[in-house]
Amino acid sequence: MRLNKILKNTLLILTACLLLSACATKKEVATTDIKGQMQGDVYTGTDTVEYLADGVPDRVFFATNESILTTASRETLRAQAAWLRKNPGINVVLEGHADERGTREYNLALGERRANAAKDYLMTYGISSDRITILSYGKERPVDSGSNPLAWSKNRRSVTVKAN
Amino acid sequence: MLKKILSILLILFPINAFALIEVDITRGNLNPLPLAVSPLSIDENSRKDFEKILKKENIGSEISNIVEINLRTSGLFNPLDKKAFLQAPDIANLKPRFEDWNLIKAQALITGKVNYVDDKLRVEFRLWDVLAAKEMMALAFTTVPNNWRRVGHIISDKVYERLTGEKGYFDTRIIYVSEEGPKTQRIKKLAIMDQDGANNKFLTLGNELVLTPRFNPASQMVTYLSYFKNMPRVYLLDIETGTQEVVGDFPGMTFAPRFSPDGKKIIMSFAKDGKSDIYTMDLENRIVEKITNHPSIDTSPSYSPDGKYITFNSDRSGYQQIYVMKNDGSDVKRISFGNGLYGTPVWSPRGDLIAFTKLHKGKFYIGVMRTDGSGERLLTENYYQEAPSWSPNGRVLIFYRETKTNSKGEGFSAKLWSIDLTGYNERQIKTPTDASDPSWSSLLSN
Repeated sequence: MRLNKILKNTLLILTACLLLSACATKKEVATTDIKGQMQGDVYTGTDTVEYLADGVPDRVFFATNESILTTASRETLRAQAAWLRKNPGINVVLEGHADERGTREYNLALGERRANAAKDYLMTYGISSDRITILSYGKERPVDSGSNPLAWSKNRRSVTVKAN
Repeated sequence: MLKKILSILLILFPINAFALIEVDITRGNLNPLPLAVSPLSIDENSRKDFEKILKKENIGSEISNIVEINLRTSGLFNPLDKKAFLQAPDIANLKPRFEDWNLIKAQALITGKVNYVDDKLRVEFRLWDVLAAKEMMALAFTTVPNNWRRVGHIISDKVYERLTGEKGYFDTRIIYVSEEGPKTQRIKKLAIMDQDGANNKFLTLGNELVLTPRFNPASQMVTYLSYFKNMPRVYLLDIETGTQEVVGDFPGMTFAPRFSPDGKKIIMSFAKDGKSDIYTMDLENRIVEKITNHPSIDTSPSYSPDGKYITFNSDRSGYQQIYVMKNDGSDVKRISFGNGLYGTPVWSPRGDLIAFTKLHKGKFYIGVMRTDGSGERLLTENYYQEAPSWSPNGRVLIFYRETKTNSKGEGFSAKLWSIDLTGYNERQIKTPTDASDPSWSSLLSN
């Protein structure tokens, strides 16, 4: 199981590397400190990710100013939905966050919008809205205190937290 | 509390009808007016009484220091070094020798005296035009001794008003968010201080996250966002009594609150299902009205001073821009069309301008534009800064600025800064902790 996870992560990073190098010629996205942990400006690494259960990552990441779910995010949320279906007694709080490069009030709204994007997707896979609470932190609770694109990408997130 | 302190008695002496010296505050002032603030004279008995009560050796000098610092901070005046003064304070107050003051290049002179009378502090002060050798203004007032700092601020306001023709902003307070701790786990408290940083007080303990406090322009009420019980809601706080209450009964996050100019309504955003709309609540009858209705994010509302219009921030065009609408939500117009993103619009108390935060090519700017969006002027550029709040006379903006962290994520700070509408006179306002989200009160006395 563990090996499986490591393999999967490596694969993810590899894919990200490939994608980055592929577009590096067109756009100057790739910088040395990013090391293949971002696709576009969406975080694809696993540094900050925690797990609700084996194979169920707790968070999804967003592009700057966006609340659209990426393919990887949808995969994560499907895993969360499956886990929630198996554990009908568990309710969750979806905590929406923004990076520090935006005004405080707008970011509060943006965090709420991101958490709702995740909520809508969970509901698509059969999770009742009654089991989901939305809580936006805007830019108030970054996980990475860095002032660089990689840190910001880790902070643009919606985190699913067990409420009980 | 404030009303009690303000048993100030104003006695106006006859003054000349025509302004003698005039200071133009509409342009950046590169040659601030040189003036002399002669320390308030004090008789020995009064000095000893005040020393006992206030633990200040010479309250006359202390009050004059406040006046001097205020006037210098405004950037419009250049208070001269006291060491150069040739005339003693007590004699200067009676009959200034204008030749002496002229010699040290003072164009205006402030003199006065302070007495201890019937348990009260009584101040007289005069403003003189040195070149014309004339008195411009004479005022006297009485208050409780503990109010001595405010006496200094009121004198500053009167001098500012007499010399510029506009109300001052020194007898005011700033409410803000005090910040401590690591960036990932900031502890935030509401704090209040005098405009010059004195009398800092914390209003909350830091148990829950608090953001964006704003003064009621008409009273000592404050509205702010609190994460009490992990439910972000707009609250109302009476800073005289300490009582607080949640505003309205909304099933989700309310945020970005501000008062209407008459202080009778709160305007704010309510976020639900990924969209944020603007609502008002009448504080008297508690009636809630929905003002905008759009699938986008509508936030940061701010009323025009006549209450007829609202400026706000919306991303209905795709990105954050500034809009203006009528107070019932009709006639919505986008007004920001420059390059970049625009946020935090705040209507000037003078009515003619809207201050904003702009993000363009990775830099943050504080700027102003006319209410139709024309005449955009950027006042200051930095790595991160936002949330301008106007001085009550609409001449100065206070905002907060954050620093970049280093590669280890260290070195973060958040501080309050102010800048004149002219783009000059940028300065940091010292706070005991890191600080953000400043809001400027109205003048406490008029």
